[in-house]
Amino acid sequence: MSANRRDFLVRLMQGATLASTGGLGWAYLLRQEARAQPFALRPPGALPDDDFNAACIKCGQCVVACPFDTLKLEAAGGNLPIGMPFFEPRQIPCYLCPSIPCMKACPTGALSPKLKNINDSRMGLAVIDTENCLSWKGLRCEICHRECPIKGKAITLETHPRQISKHAMFIPVVHSDACTGCGICVRACPTTEPAIRILPHALIQGKIGDHYRLGWTREDSITQEFDATGAAPTIAVPTNAPSGPVKGSAADYLNGGL
Amino acid sequence: MRTAQDSSHDLSQRSLAQRVWSWRYIVLRRLSQFVTLLLFFGTIHWGWEVAKDVPLLSGNLSGSKFIGLIPMADPFAVLQIFLAGHVLQTEAILGSVIVLGFYSLIGGRVFCSWACPVNPVTDLAGWLRVRFDIRPTFILLRNTRYFVLALTLILSVLTGVAAFEWVSPVGMAHREILFGLGFGATVLLAIFLFDLFILKHGWCGHLCPLGAFWSLVGKVNPTLRVRFDKTTCTHCGECAKVCPEPQVLNLKLLEEKGFVFFGECSNCGRCTPVCPEGSLVFDFKPLIRAHNAQAQGSVSVSEAQRRV
Amino acid sequence: MGITRREFLKNSVAASAAATVGLPLSQQAEAAVAQSEAGWQWDKGACRFCGTGCGIMIATKDGRIVATKGDPKAPVNKGLNCVKGYFNGKIMYGQDRLTQPLLRMTDGKFDKKGKFVPVSWDTAMDVMVEKFLAAYREKGPHGVGIFGSGQWTVPEGYVAAKLWKAGFRSNNIDPNARHCMASAVAAFMQTFGIDEPAGNYDDIEHTDTAILWGANMAEMHPILWSRITDRRLTHKNMKVINLSTYSNMSSDIADLEIVFKPSGDLAIQNYIAREIIKRDAVNWDFVKKHTVFATGPYDIGYGFRPKNADKFASPAEMEVVKNEQTRVLDKWEAIGQRRKAGDVVPQANAATAGKDWAISFEDFAKALEPYDADYVVATAKGDPDESAEVFKAKIKELADYYCDPKRKVVSYWTMGFNQHQRGTWVNEQCYTNHMLVGKQSLPGNGAFSLTGQPSACGTAREVGTFAHRLPADMVVMNPKHRALSEKVWNLPAKTLSPQMGSHYVKIMRDLEDGTCKWAMVQVNNPWQNTANLNHWIKGARDMDNFIVCCDGYPTVSAKVADLVLPAAMIFEKWGFYGNAERRTQCWRQQVKPVGEARGDMWILLEMAKRIKIKDCWGEQKVAGVKAPGFEDGKLPSVLDEAAKMGYSPEASLYDALFATPKNKKYAWPDPVAKGHGNHIAENLGFFVEKAMFEEYREFGTDHGHDLAPFDVYYDDAVRGLKWPVVLKDGKWVETDWRFNEEYDPYCKKGSGIDFYGNNGNALVMGDLDKPGDGSVKVKLDGKAKIYFRPYASPVEEPDTNFNLWLCTGRVLEHWHSGSMTRRVPELHRAVPNAVCWIHPKDADARGLKRNDLVWVESRRGKVKVRIETGGRNRVPRGLVYVPWFDESVLINKVCLDSTCPISKETDFKKCSVKVYKA
Repeated sequence: MSANRRDFLVRLMQGATLASTGGLGWAYLLRQEARAQPFALRPPGALPDDDFNAACIKCGQCVVACPFDTLKLEAAGGNLPIGMPFFEPRQIPCYLCPSIPCMKACPTGALSPKLKNINDSRMGLAVIDTENCLSWKGLRCEICHRECPIKGKAITLETHPRQISKHAMFIPVVHSDACTGCGICVRACPTTEPAIRILPHALIQGKIGDHYRLGWTREDSITQEFDATGAAPTIAVPTNAPSGPVKGSAADYLNGGL
Repeated sequence: MRTAQDSSHDLSQRSLAQRVWSWRYIVLRRLSQFVTLLLFFGTIHWGWEVAKDVPLLSGNLSGSKFIGLIPMADPFAVLQIFLAGHVLQTEAILGSVIVLGFYSLIGGRVFCSWACPVNPVTDLAGWLRVRFDIRPTFILLRNTRYFVLALTLILSVLTGVAAFEWVSPVGMAHREILFGLGFGATVLLAIFLFDLFILKHGWCGHLCPLGAFWSLVGKVNPTLRVRFDKTTCTHCGECAKVCPEPQVLNLKLLEEKGFVFFGECSNCGRCTPVCPEGSLVFDFKPLIRAHNAQAQGSVSVSEAQRRV
Repeated sequence: MGITRREFLKNSVAASAAATVGLPLSQQAEAAVAQSEAGWQWDKGACRFCGTGCGIMIATKDGRIVATKGDPKAPVNKGLNCVKGYFNGKIMYGQDRLTQPLLRMTDGKFDKKGKFVPVSWDTAMDVMVEKFLAAYREKGPHGVGIFGSGQWTVPEGYVAAKLWKAGFRSNNIDPNARHCMASAVAAFMQTFGIDEPAGNYDDIEHTDTAILWGANMAEMHPILWSRITDRRLTHKNMKVINLSTYSNMSSDIADLEIVFKPSGDLAIQNYIAREIIKRDAVNWDFVKKHTVFATGPYDIGYGFRPKNADKFASPAEMEVVKNEQTRVLDKWEAIGQRRKAGDVVPQANAATAGKDWAISFEDFAKALEPYDADYVVATAKGDPDESAEVFKAKIKELADYYCDPKRKVVSYWTMGFNQHQRGTWVNEQCYTNHMLVGKQSLPGNGAFSLTGQPSACGTAREVGTFAHRLPADMVVMNPKHRALSEKVWNLPAKTLSPQMGSHYVKIMRDLEDGTCKWAMVQVNNPWQNTANLNHWIKGARDMDNFIVCCDGYPTVSAKVADLVLPAAMIFEKWGFYGNAERRTQCWRQQVKPVGEARGDMWILLEMAKRIKIKDCWGEQKVAGVKAPGFEDGKLPSVLDEAAKMGYSPEASLYDALFATPKNKKYAWPDPVAKGHGNHIAENLGFFVEKAMFEEYREFGTDHGHDLAPFDVYYDDAVRGLKWPVVLKDGKWVETDWRFNEEYDPYCKKGSGIDFYGNNGNALVMGDLDKPGDGSVKVKLDGKAKIYFRPYASPVEEPDTNFNLWLCTGRVLEHWHSGSMTRRVPELHRAVPNAVCWIHPKDADARGLKRNDLVWVESRRGKVKVRIETGGRNRVPRGLVYVPWFDESVLINKVCLDSTCPISKETDFKKCSVKVYKA
């Protein structure tokens, strides 16, 4: 092997090592940054987390466009992904401008222009701490309900007799199909720490299994002519793995010791 | 282009007026950097408008809109976002084309020395380094930045986020001047210390992938170039002392072309006032050839000396 | 409030100590709570805010209120509070509490154009009294005035009334209750001859039907609303009907919502009366035994300045004000008043709007004849997007509830009825319908007027702090009442003036035209709460007068004043409040006043110390005096008579009226205090609150207004008592339902129902248009009146320029002008600013979007406000709603100062405005 050739190979290895270790470190940093994101409340029309992370150019034009100073850009070293817009509803909530100026200012589409009606935005979902909510205790507060810009849809009041006296309870209940996550309720909540918060949907929303439908929600007609072809399974034995109750195959079980 | 003040051979002998005049590009660059920031800052914090609800210059260097009409976007950031897998909106594409077009016309790295907010910091570090004569601790290839640039693009694809934008000290410093303080000032300090004690022109000249990007763009630049007049050059080396990218002043290569043709040149203009002979001067590129052809007629100073 | 860091550390130590010995977490928490509450002292009190009168408990430690809670033993609220009540403990601790007197000065001397500078109490009082005497000498007793309050405590109101009426011989004392309850009062007095509701809150648990007439109880009486809602949830027959000019929070529970056009309630009430007669649902037994049919004049004006209005009103304002002289009847008014459309009617009875006479049932029925369903659709359908058929079905259903003999009905109202150009009328119509069907003064049956203020009943009304009243429902115009009061107060005969004083709005007008040159404000914010504000602000600042504002916080009224006195707030003094169900409740001083603040009563007494008998009891000129025994336009000198009674002319009014030997017997300290302080008694040397309360009691005792002795209310077991409170078998017993023999000790035996308030009075018989010649009189003993009152259109209606109705009101989160609740950071953060609710289509039509800043402009002024198209209020097209709590949105600059000519209460609920982008 000539000295030149050897030298070249060593240099190549050096470069590659440097690039890959540097790259790994860098990638780790990016991952950490992106991971902080589940707690961030984004402006109206923001794309789903991953897409938003990819698309936001961190230009702050939405921040400039916001007439209520709601939006901020996260500084470096903060808990949220760097440089991207977010808001803290207890400080200043989103007041749901019908013209959506922040979205219109976004040059990349990270705030999606598909949002036509501000009431369709889903910045997060309000959750009530029922243990510390004054209304759940029986007091006549319900400020969240009255201040809700989509009152009667996003937050409704359920009334129940109070049992221990002749007073009714007015209990606020949040509905995810209408709640925009604007956070006006969070700011308005009069308790020392707000008993209502906005969280990203993914952190709070559960999901009923796809294999089940609630009997009273929709009326499906009973099939009279059964289409046998539709019934033929494409996979012979559907597996429940990995979370099924039986580990391994039936034969493993049967052949196992007693 | 040549002025009487420039003709003094001994720099230390220059009068105060001559010295101040020799700082003209530095002053202009600082002014340009400052005004750029000011326009953004005023729009954000003082609500500067050209008409009701039409902000003057909204956004920042990553993306902005001028008088509500002209979109601008950092083409490098846009490229990363594209590679991260996002289908871009017309506004961002148009904005990046506008910015790219502008800098391809006047020199890619004009951004670095005339707009970038990190530049004053690294300039300061570079100046202090000369002042206190700090020796280099280790050597790094200036081409490293191109590897970083490549890595940026690869990582953008792999991680699904704009890899450099998420760690960019340029973006951090800039955003924090405009939108409030955070950790970015510390990063800026780190760059300053790195440049001051570790590696001369470490960040801008070796690592910054944004600079690398603009260097590639800068290869085009059909207009504003530093003309090199080999007939008057005495090879005294003053220019290379002040140049943050001294490799672009490879005089042998310059003699052939007649102007500084490297993409890494940021048109900062530091070399032109220091040249005792006025051999380095800003000029309009199409005119340079004609000028040099005329200069060929006379004999270069070095050659004349040799003849003597 | 809030745990300090040190306490927190202590708690943490307690908690961790608990953890080491292995106590379960809940016990740890309890231990921590017990630790942090160590040394708290609890005492009973009443909520500072609305007329509901919730009982609360107050905890103090180290001279500060550290917590409050709803009183679980309080019958009204059973331990609950609304969110305002939740913050009772924080209202006194705003950052900008006034702590020392502030006087406008330049170069160390008072100057009307000077800046506010802190001064000593002595300087403040000296300047104040000097200015008072100057005004008094120049203009007489009616050259000075005081804006009082339904938030005065009972003794405070009593001291003010006595000082003004007996001391200054001035009837220029009027409370903000004039803006709030005056129409209800006038209707009570005209109908029953005695003030305040017959029923109580327990009606809610007895009734089947709650009808809300202009009362958004869900927000304004939150705790009562939870009782109505509970009844609605637990009693399947219960129906809730909400009548309002816009859809509000109360509609959410309502079974039936009727959105009516402003003033349309007059037509709806008459429609119901007509239906009752048509369907033969009249309870003849009740009507014949207990009632008399009556009516009064229709041409009563609109309560504007009666003379020289054009000297003060702008040409634009005059477009509306000119109706005061002549009114051109519109089509529906004409039909409803049996006239022709276009008739020009001089408003001849503007000054005698309250006169009435008896009519026959036949006339009564005839008068109602025009008020059929079509008439009501035309005059009262409030939502232009609702069909006539749907509206007709709704009012028919409403009439059904009245007519069904098996159904119990309670009507509730607050400002919707009272703040009404025909407020007295519409209150009376409500009684009319209840009495036609005999649904009055029975558990679960009755018309129940809710009050806005915590002591509108207890202080403003019962104590008699109005321009025409004396304690216990007596009036200054009645010589017998004056004589009785002079006897209780130990005054020379003819000390009290027979001339009614200026009502609230008139004091403002007097300041504007220079008739009144000195005014005091207590517990109230006239320069935010009075309609057509631009005039009054000018009157205060540009005229040569002196205005004293006593308040805990710098209000708009303090801003226009010349002297600002720091007032002690609720728990910094002793007091009584009387709520809407006649329940008198009390509290002790819990903490010392902040800084140099002093109770309003102390301020009045300190003033009385500096004014001598000879300053006021000589001959005085009072314009308008015309009464038997009085020279026209004059009050006689009573100094000689006073001397005979032992009063020295050099004696102060304080010594003559308050620090009498009898009153000084109420010594301080008193065991009832149980260790609590009393900054006023400590300063004056006797228990002045108790002395005043006991003296005041003498007025009501045996007159149907009986109160228990002072100490009874302070008994630990007592949670307020509903008057009349009479001694029965050694116990003080309250009265649940008045006029009902089963409950009310004043009813004649065997009467069943006895409306004894009118005993001894009689009405002249007449026809629908005029009283008779007086030859036939109908005795009113034991009887109430059933009035016919016609429909009258509002004096200002939307036109092409000012094309929207403006209705103003309140929000749950803020109390009146927000001087307290806006100092509670949490409440301020919850609802920082007023907004203008507007229908989305109205907004669209004006190119407006939600959150846009707009101008709301009327003929009188304009304010800038953000619009809201969603949220708690859903206004119909054609109407906007703006709450008035926000001093940055002084909506009263826009409002019309038209009042009910009988009650003089301003109509804040309707005027016309335009809305356009700011």
